[in-house]
Formats: sequence, C-alpha cells, structure tokens
Amino acid sequence: MLDARTPLLAVKDLQAWYGESHILHGVTFDVREGEVVTLLGRNGAGKTTTLKSIMGIVGHRTGSVLFQGEELIGRSSDRIARAGVALCPEERGIFSSLNVEENLLLPPVVRPGGLALDRIFDLFPNLKERLGSSQGTKLSGGEQQMLAIGRILRTGARLLLLDEPTEGLAPVIIQQIGKTIRALKQEGFTILLVEQNFRFASTVADRYYVMEHGRIIDQFANAELDANVDKLHDYLGV
Amino acid sequence: MVEIFGIPSQALFGQLLIGLINGSFYALLSLGLAVIFGMLNIINFSHGAQYMMGAFAAYLLLQYSGLGYWPALIIAPILVGITGVIVERLFLQWLYKLDHLYGLLLTFGLALILEGVARNYFGSAGLPYTVPESLQGGRNLGFMFLPNYRAWVIVASLAVCFGTWFVIERTRLGAYLRAATENPTLVRAFGINVPRMITLTYGFGVALAAFAGVMAAPIYNVSPQMGSELIIVVFAVVVIGGMGSILGAILTGFGLGVIEGLTKVFFPEASNTVIFVIMAIVLLVRPAGLFGRRG
Repeated sequence: MLDARTPLLAVKDLQAWYGESHILHGVTFDVREGEVVTLLGRNGAGKTTTLKSIMGIVGHRTGSVLFQGEELIGRSSDRIARAGVALCPEERGIFSSLNVEENLLLPPVVRPGGLALDRIFDLFPNLKERLGSSQGTKLSGGEQQMLAIGRILRTGARLLLLDEPTEGLAPVIIQQIGKTIRALKQEGFTILLVEQNFRFASTVADRYYVMEHGRIIDQFANAELDANVDKLHDYLGV
Repeated sequence: MVEIFGIPSQALFGQLLIGLINGSFYALLSLGLAVIFGMLNIINFSHGAQYMMGAFAAYLLLQYSGLGYWPALIIAPILVGITGVIVERLFLQWLYKLDHLYGLLLTFGLALILEGVARNYFGSAGLPYTVPESLQGGRNLGFMFLPNYRAWVIVASLAVCFGTWFVIERTRLGAYLRAATENPTLVRAFGINVPRMITLTYGFGVALAAFAGVMAAPIYNVSPQMGSELIIVVFAVVVIGGMGSILGAILTGFGLGVIEGLTKVFFPEASNTVIFVIMAIVLLVRPAGLFGRRG
C-alpha cells in the first residue's frame, strides 16, 4: 500500500466549525493521483463537512490541505476551484433559473485538459437528449445527478469531490454512476467519494477511510474489504 | 376634430405619450432596483438620489467641461456607477447576511445625505438643461405632434431595458448572475469571483439610474428632489411587478406609465393615486407581484 509518489491531496489535522459548533476534530488522510478514495461513515460523522472544508465553503477551518503541493487552507473557494478541485454537492445544486445547457456550461474552464462535451455525452447519453429542456430542475433525480457530475468534467479540474452521488437513485441509475466513476478513473481523474452505501463504494473504490465524530477512525484498501466487513457493519450501524 | 370615446384624439395621444415617457423612467429605474435586489438582496433606497446624481453629473459636465448631452449620456453613468462601486465596497458588502431592513436604512440615509448635499450647493429651485440640438423640434404624425427628444427617450429606454434583459437571460454572463442569485456559495466554488460580480452588479444598477437621470435632465428640471419625487412611484411599480423580476420590472414600468397617462384623460382626479390603488389590489390578490416567482 505504500507509494513513493507524493499524494495529490494531503489533508492534515483538518478542523472545521459551523458557527459555534466544532464539526471536524483533526482529520488526516491523503489521496494519490488517479485513485478513487471513499469516505465512509454514519450521518453526521463529518464526511460532507470534510469535502466542504477542502472546497473552502465552511465557516471556519484550520489545519492543512495540500493539493499538488499548494496549501489551500485560507484560500477563498473560487481560488481553490481554480487550482483544479471541483465539487459535486450532495443536494446536486442544479440551478432552476438555468436551462439544462446553461447548467452544463456554467462552471468555467479553470485549466486545460477537461473532457470535451462529446465525451461527456458518451458518458451520459441522457443529457444530450435533455439539452433542449427548459429548466434544469425539471429533470429526473438521476438526470440531475448526471448533470451535476457532467458539468464539472469540462473544467479541467483533476480532483473531483463527489458527495453521495447515489443517494435516492434507482439501482439501474446507481449502476450507471458506478460505470461512469470507473470510466473517469480510466481517464485519469482522481476522485474523493463520500458514500453511506459501501456495497456501491466497493465497486469503484481503491481505498476507504472510515469517519466518526469528525475524525478518521480506520482505513483499509479495497482488497481488505472482505476481512473488514463485520467491523464496517459496526461502524456504519447497518 | 376626431374624438375617441368622447375624448379629443389630440388629448388622448398626448397623454399616452406622456405616459410612455414616464413609463420609460419607471422601467429604467425599477429595472435597476430589480437587478440590485436579485443579486444583493438590498432594497436600494438611494436609487432616486443616484438618478438625481446622473442629472447633476450631466449638468456639471456641461458647466465645467463643456461636455454636452451625448458625451454625458456615457460619462455620467460611468462616474455615478463608480460611486456605487465605492458604496458597495465600503458599506453594503457588510450587510448581505443581515435583515433587508439594514440595507434599506443605510441606502435611505445615503439618499438623504446626497439630496442634502445637492440642496446645499445648488438650492432647490432646479437648474435648466436644454435638449441637444440634434433632437430639437418634432414631427407631425397627423394625429399628434411628437417632439423628437421624447421619441428618443422612449426608444433609448426600450433599447437599454431589453439589452439588459437579453444579457441577463440569454448570455453566459447572465447565466452566472442568475446562478449566483440562486446559490452564490456553489457558483463561487466553481471558480467564479462572486463578490466582484456583486460589486459590479451594484455599479451597473446605479449606472442605469444615472443614465435615466441624464435622459430626464432636458425633460424635468435638474433639481435635488427630482429623485425622491419619482422613486416613490417606482417602488410601487416594483411591488406590482414583483421584486427581482427583470422582465416584470420592464413591462410593469411601461404599462403603469401608460395607465397613469390614460387615467389623466378619463378620470384626472385619480391620476396621482391610480398606481397606488393598483399596488394595493395586486398586493391583495398576488402578494409576490404580477411577475414574482414566489407565489
């Protein structure tokens, strides 16, 4: 499991607050170039807050977030995005005052090397059919999720933060999302995934970190998943 | 003499024209208010004073730099817009997370200061500003006499209103603005400098008010209170159209100008109150306004 390369993302002693409430109590983990890493944990464990802290959209944060060797703590979220990090939020964040095409083209290109629109339509054929639709929020839940992922593939961001992309979706759509994540890994994207559904995560992830009460409490590689299933059931309370 | 509904056609069309002129100013001003409210969540009570600043800027440019109407039509909105940018950076940016009331009070206080300063230096009698030479005179349309300058005001106002509507509803920049109105945090996390966009939006809204002020200078007197007289009606227009709706602000502005003009013909006694009566009815029937999104 040891790798000589420096990680693409190195999070160290990350603490975060919303107003008065202290959510993250020193989170440390890393993600190497080209990996799919999954954060597992119960509701309220701090998974989403970890993604938001990396993206710079929580109230207050301390510690260190190194991305390609650059320190992101203390930067505003627009500058973090321009460094090459992109977020697909849990609530998907499709804009109701924008049509489907405007939603897809909204995030500006921050670096060269993003996917061409045609390639995005290869991954999500439904999106192409829906381009003419009037309102982004009129799409089905699965289509909205595809739109939320599709729009951050154009921008040239190398690290994708995906927050529960399968939440509330039908099994056939979940399979398609899984296929897409594996295809994105092939394309060289690095992905940090937040999931509650570790059955789904096991079809895409290289490594796992388990979170509880705002800390990382365990980690293992995908190959070690079977040996850890009982422990995981405990952690996740399933 | 031709009569329509027992009214001489000259009088009818004359009032219709005045209604369209007033409607042009209602539309331009309520458009600026709608743009500012949509993006900043601030009810810009200094909008009337900024309109007045536009007219004074045109007057001063002529007095001290010899720059006439046409250069003033470009320069005055830019200058006044820059003062808007400064106000946003100094004051307004601290208020977005607070209740609407704070922004309203701050901009209202600002309006009082601006008017007081203008009254101190220029008195309240009003200063003349002549119609540019190229637009003097008028033409006889057969059924009425149309002064060239008034025709220009209507056309220019329509062009600016629909230009603004087009940029907001049909371009990439407009998509950023609409998205940031909905979810500024996420738009910023895509790499867009939202705070700068907000500052420039306020500057643009203020520049629109100043543009209206320059256009008004040759029609109404350039006076410190020209804004406060107009802005009360404009706020009623915004309430009727629905706060934050771009197209609503434009259509309601022109529509109510015309309704007000027609009321002057058919029932002159009600002409000063008709807009407020409509406002009361709209508030009862559709509290979010005719074009408001929340119903």
